[in-house]
Amino acid sequence: MSKFVSDAMTRRAFGTLVGAAIASGAFAGAAAAADTIKVGILHSLSGTMAISETTLKDTMLFLIDEQNKKGGVLGKKLEAVVVDPASNWPLFAEKARELITKDKVSAVFGCWTSVSRKSVLPVFKELNNILFYPVQYEGEESERNVFYTGAAPNQQAIPAVDYLMSKDGGEVKRWVLAGTDYVYPRTTNKILEAYLKAKGVAAEDIMINYTPFGHSDWQTIVSDIKKFGSAGKKTAVVSTINGDANVPFYKELGNQGLKATDIPVVAFSVGEEELAGIDTKPLLGHLAAWNYFQSVKDPANDAFIAKWKEFTKNPKRVTNDPMEAHVIGFQMWIKAMEKAGTADPDKVIDALPGIEAVNLTGGVSKMLPNHHITKPVLIGEIKADGQFDVVWKTKGLVPGDAWTDFLPGSKDLEADWVSLKCGNYNTVTKKCG
Amino acid sequence: MNATVHRLARSALLILALLAAPPFLGSAAHAQDISGALAKLTADSYADTGEAIAALATSGHPRAAVIVESIRDGQLEFDEPSKTVAIRTAAGVLDAATGAALATPPAGLSPVRVNNRVRSALAAAMGALTLMSPDPAKRREAAEAVFKSRDQGALATLEAAIPKEADAGVRSAFSAARAAIVLYKTDATEDARVAAGEVLRARGDQDAVATLRGLPADTPKRVKDAAEIAAKSIETSLALWASVQNAVYGVSLGSVLLLAAIGLAITFGVMGIINMAHGEMVMLGAYTTFVVQEVIRAHAPGLFDWSLAIAIPLAFLVSGAVGVVLERGIIRFLYGRPLETLLATWGVSLILQQSVRSIFGANNREVGAPSWMSGSFEVGALTMTWGRLWIVVFALAVFVGLILILKKTPAGLQMRAVTQNRSMASAMGIRTPFVDALTFGLGCGIAGIAGVALSQIDNVSPNLGQSYIIDSFMVVVFGGVGNLWGTLVGALTLGVVNKFLEPFAGAVLGKILVLVLIILFIQKRPRGLFALKGRAVES
Repeated sequence: MSKFVSDAMTRRAFGTLVGAAIASGAFAGAAAAADTIKVGILHSLSGTMAISETTLKDTMLFLIDEQNKKGGVLGKKLEAVVVDPASNWPLFAEKARELITKDKVSAVFGCWTSVSRKSVLPVFKELNNILFYPVQYEGEESERNVFYTGAAPNQQAIPAVDYLMSKDGGEVKRWVLAGTDYVYPRTTNKILEAYLKAKGVAAEDIMINYTPFGHSDWQTIVSDIKKFGSAGKKTAVVSTINGDANVPFYKELGNQGLKATDIPVVAFSVGEEELAGIDTKPLLGHLAAWNYFQSVKDPANDAFIAKWKEFTKNPKRVTNDPMEAHVIGFQMWIKAMEKAGTADPDKVIDALPGIEAVNLTGGVSKMLPNHHITKPVLIGEIKADGQFDVVWKTKGLVPGDAWTDFLPGSKDLEADWVSLKCGNYNTVTKKCG
Repeated sequence: MNATVHRLARSALLILALLAAPPFLGSAAHAQDISGALAKLTADSYADTGEAIAALATSGHPRAAVIVESIRDGQLEFDEPSKTVAIRTAAGVLDAATGAALATPPAGLSPVRVNNRVRSALAAAMGALTLMSPDPAKRREAAEAVFKSRDQGALATLEAAIPKEADAGVRSAFSAARAAIVLYKTDATEDARVAAGEVLRARGDQDAVATLRGLPADTPKRVKDAAEIAAKSIETSLALWASVQNAVYGVSLGSVLLLAAIGLAITFGVMGIINMAHGEMVMLGAYTTFVVQEVIRAHAPGLFDWSLAIAIPLAFLVSGAVGVVLERGIIRFLYGRPLETLLATWGVSLILQQSVRSIFGANNREVGAPSWMSGSFEVGALTMTWGRLWIVVFALAVFVGLILILKKTPAGLQMRAVTQNRSMASAMGIRTPFVDALTFGLGCGIAGIAGVALSQIDNVSPNLGQSYIIDSFMVVVFGGVGNLWGTLVGALTLGVVNKFLEPFAGAVLGKILVLVLIILFIQKRPRGLFALKGRAVES
């Protein structure tokens, strides 16, 4: 029982495990602190989001371990500082502050949900530190202190819809936009709705549906989708359903016999990790759009997967897209520190745009002046073994666009932290903000 | 009817049909030539693969079915430079066109890739190729595939098969498939197409509506109007079914609520303990199911269909034991102090969640469905999944079982006696602390059983319990604290109300409306639907 007495205890035990005595860090004295560069890891290890974020914490420990084996950076070893914001959005801000002011980290890798990112933004701005955010998100944001290594809507949602409209995707004419009721699905669906209408899809051919977090009774919605799909036009579901609700949703799809050949579902938040809890045989052919799949055939990816399985000592451990985002972000950070010759966040922020790093899908991603990166877009079909078969990919890498061109308010905005020094420059009024 | 004779007749029919097929399917000159189709398979493009499959389906080549099947099963491989197409079987690599074993298969063989577009082509081709299968289930499946693909090439086969078909279900599937083809056949007479629309109206389901509505814009007006009228009439009857469906789905949701809440009806309703760790007892039950299935998968795969039956008593014991420990270790010191009980049990719930997370990991665990719980069945236009149906049955069985325990057994009598009047029960020689632990253990054990059922429809993750705790309290309070029948009626009412609200208000607003309704109801009747009366309430 004492093992679980408090989080702090678990954390401490964990810190020792990584070779960094976090609790004693304060007493270790300045001499020890100067010998390492500290990296903050701000991912929920308990609560609802632990399901997705725990893996990212492990990924960061793995990357730091690998880098230290290579001799660290700037002649110093890296040291991980792990905190648990416990899926509690205000706690994210508190823990971020603790990492920056108390632990004096040089950068933080963290957050998953958009609401947690929004919660830590003021802290990073005030204390001028760096956040690497690894998850696909709704866009409409560019901050000097944040580097977005996940996909912006034009790197995931829009290409996925284009694929479904193509001949290979089944020439879809009718669309169900189903999502969980919070900021990411709502914004993404707003963008998609505007995009579909611009492509000539009539309003009656778009059905939008929101469900609460953790929704578990999908009978009505799945049968509504079936009904919507029987108008004689090819129908597809674009799913921005997030987190735990996906498992009962896919179970219901499978049980009600909604096959991918009839009504394909393309998901933006379902990856290898999420499928690990479902029997995927009835889901054969349903789709996901990401910038990375574990099944991608590439030497860099094969090497990464092998080392990852060795590090976690679990031959069944899967990899996924946000993990790759951390891999890219971490490499970029290392290179930027080498370029700047220091770990000082302020200097590293200016050094980051233009930095290139090898991604795991056979390309080289580049950090853009708008703090987003270039990525390929892949469409995968679910296979019976819970992996994805890549059926389509973009010709080259797609640059991330912070402000979508399909919403009236954001069309004129531009983000450029190199020449304009502004995250929301209005090209019409020629003003920042 | 003699089954063997039947099967023999069927096989003879199949052979006849296969012999007769080539003249019907495809033009005679290319009837046997599949080299073009095979060449297309080496192009590694979904479009070419789809065309190759369609060509194979109409080729009449004796190996067409085998080749198409091997694509579906991922066994067909190709090598672009040598233009080899081969089937990889356990016995070796066979040449696709001849079926002869390849002595030296090229090293570069890789599987023909499949996506949804190819899968649709495969389903259509398999439909056309297996219409004459001796197995009625397969014939029916084939008819459904043809119904969807509306492959003109299958029309002749269908027309030949309909009068000879003995199985009524298959015959109507054949007629519907034929009607779908004729409806879309531009060179058919308008009368024939209108008649086809009528056949589809008789089919009367969503797919028929989709087929009727999907006619291209250049269809003659008469045909299109008739199709629209038929589609409208199907929709009218489907609208009736929709309210039946809402009621059924409501009962199904209600039964899930009942399962989640029934244990709480004992610990909170009967004993008055605010047990915030109730959801975690449900979660423990779900994890027990997971462990049982893992053991079965590893040691006795044949028993998989029994895994839930085995898990039920184990889940009861695991959650019940944790409940007894919880009652003896913490709660008994807090009787009469509801706020402290609330905080203490909430703490316990966090500890249990984090322990499970440490032991099993934060990720969802896969709990499989036994074969008798997967898939769905149709009653009229209503689709119900087997899993949901069994959960309704199971919830009611648990409810009846619990009533029997409380009303008909000596232990139940003691439980009721202690909760109604503790000092009197004690004076009569009942060991009240023992009964307290027993009652609490029973409530928790039943929550564990609920976890076995919920593992079939929800995530098995450390957070499983959290999503049910609020709903459970809502049901018990709404139904009337201390009354099991209230819990039953409360759960079913909330389920049905929720499902009738959902189509109009959406899932999010529906949930809020239900909550508002309950708050208003509690204002009016603070003791819930079935309030306990008498002196026990006052104490």
